[in-house]
Amino acid sequence: MSVSVRIPTILRTYTDGAKDLSVEPGEPTLAALLDALEAAAPGIRARVLDESGALRRFVNVYVDEEDVRFTDGLATPVPDGASVSIIPAVAGG
Amino acid sequence: MSTPAVAPDTTGLPPLDTPPPAPDFGPATHLSCRECGARYDLGAAYACIECFGPLEVAYDLSGVTRELIESGPQSMWRYSCLLPVASYAGSEPNLEPGLTRLVRADNLARALGMTGTLWVKDDSGNPTHSFKDRVVAVAQSAARRLGLSTLACASTGNLANAVAAAAARAGQDSVVVIPSDLEDGKVVTTATYGGTLLAVRGTYDDVNRLCSELIGEPLTADWGFVNVNLRPYYAEGSKTVGYEIAEQLGWRLPEQVVAPIASGSLLTKVDKAFRELASLGLVPDSPYAVFGAQATGCSPVSEAFREGRDVVRPQRPATIAKSLAIGNPADGPYALDSVRRSGGAIADVSDEEIVEGIRLLAETEGIFAETAGGVVVATLRALLASGALDPARETVILNTGDGLKTLDAVAGHVAPTATISPDVDEVTAALVDASHERTTR
Repeated sequence: MSVSVRIPTILRTYTDGAKDLSVEPGEPTLAALLDALEAAAPGIRARVLDESGALRRFVNVYVDEEDVRFTDGLATPVPDGASVSIIPAVAGG
Repeated sequence: MSTPAVAPDTTGLPPLDTPPPAPDFGPATHLSCRECGARYDLGAAYACIECFGPLEVAYDLSGVTRELIESGPQSMWRYSCLLPVASYAGSEPNLEPGLTRLVRADNLARALGMTGTLWVKDDSGNPTHSFKDRVVAVAQSAARRLGLSTLACASTGNLANAVAAAAARAGQDSVVVIPSDLEDGKVVTTATYGGTLLAVRGTYDDVNRLCSELIGEPLTADWGFVNVNLRPYYAEGSKTVGYEIAEQLGWRLPEQVVAPIASGSLLTKVDKAFRELASLGLVPDSPYAVFGAQATGCSPVSEAFREGRDVVRPQRPATIAKSLAIGNPADGPYALDSVRRSGGAIADVSDEEIVEGIRLLAETEGIFAETAGGVVVATLRALLASGALDPARETVILNTGDGLKTLDAVAGHVAPTATISPDVDEVTAALVDASHERTTR
């Protein structure tokens, strides 16, 4: 299976400037996707997850159009062909 | 050994190897991550590379006196010495917002059973009728310093007005991105100021996400998104609400303040302003409590407060208070910190209560607030009822916007007393009917 991942500007130092990466997770979950992303861009997972392995509180991850905080967090299903975005949380108004 | 002769410089220009001067951000020294403390140069950055935490402006504040501030302009620029702006920022083209009224609200206090003095900080008096003119003014100044020529934003409406107007005033291009279902008043006004207005089929959180994704695209290389890549500067503009309250009270802090929570930034910056003034010796270091107000239809921070959580779980907004409809508020955790540290509380109110709040403020004080102001008044009432807010203490509530922008919210609840012919007898009959209705209501 193949999943496209949108990389935010501040993490592109890990991807040689690439803004999209295509990875092949071993299982169809967000946790497995982050493992595959780490293999493709070493160091990136520790930027997205904190020391306890949870999503950092100021990072938003979307699987297709769905914020994973509304679904199952790291257990959120990531089907073949999905599009995943990692985005710093910003406030507005 | 003699040194080689150097031809005298007759150009008046700096030598080619001289680095360009750092942008002038006044007393600001650097950006600092609120989560891990990592330090960054002043620039168009908003998230920490290490931990994604939000970046905040750090300062070297010295030499600030009441006299210096009081001798400044009759606008928020009198606080330039406390903001990340050059000393001359206020004289560059801008909307010159701030120094709005602090209205003593004795009638509202009486209606709510409060014995302490109640004040309304009425920011509907700003040039585009909301507090957003303040934050945009600081962001616009930062955009100039950083060479970002287009002013852009993701907005729930008030910010859209402020950005489009500020850009028009300065002759800049603007790109404003809003959810397509905003109130007509906010869409029409923004469009009238000119610039590019993009209405997105989706929620504010979708719009916010879109703008975050646009950062880094070649298309937006010279865009300053006031609430994304200029956010550290933008957010500091809200401090001026707190500075003004203290100065208008005669250089002292109120005992209680009630602020609406959308992203959570305004509340935290008012708190920051009070602490700065106290630490600089500009006001007595007296205790105060900060209270937060949300609509029940979008109450992620209120819910976290009620449940004793530090984590703010996102919600899907469904409320008439669209200017507060941020389901995933990035500054929510910091708003919780401010409220808990100061001994305040956060509550939320229904859409019906919001309308009642708008009407109560209008009927008692002649101030027509937008829905966010209705949320604050209704929440004040709820906090009094629960005992969380002390009715005997001096309290300031924030009205952040003008009711003319959200007429739809009250349109179905009010109407003319009577519709009559231009006839004296019909006037008399209408007044008798109205009097009868009042006594039987």
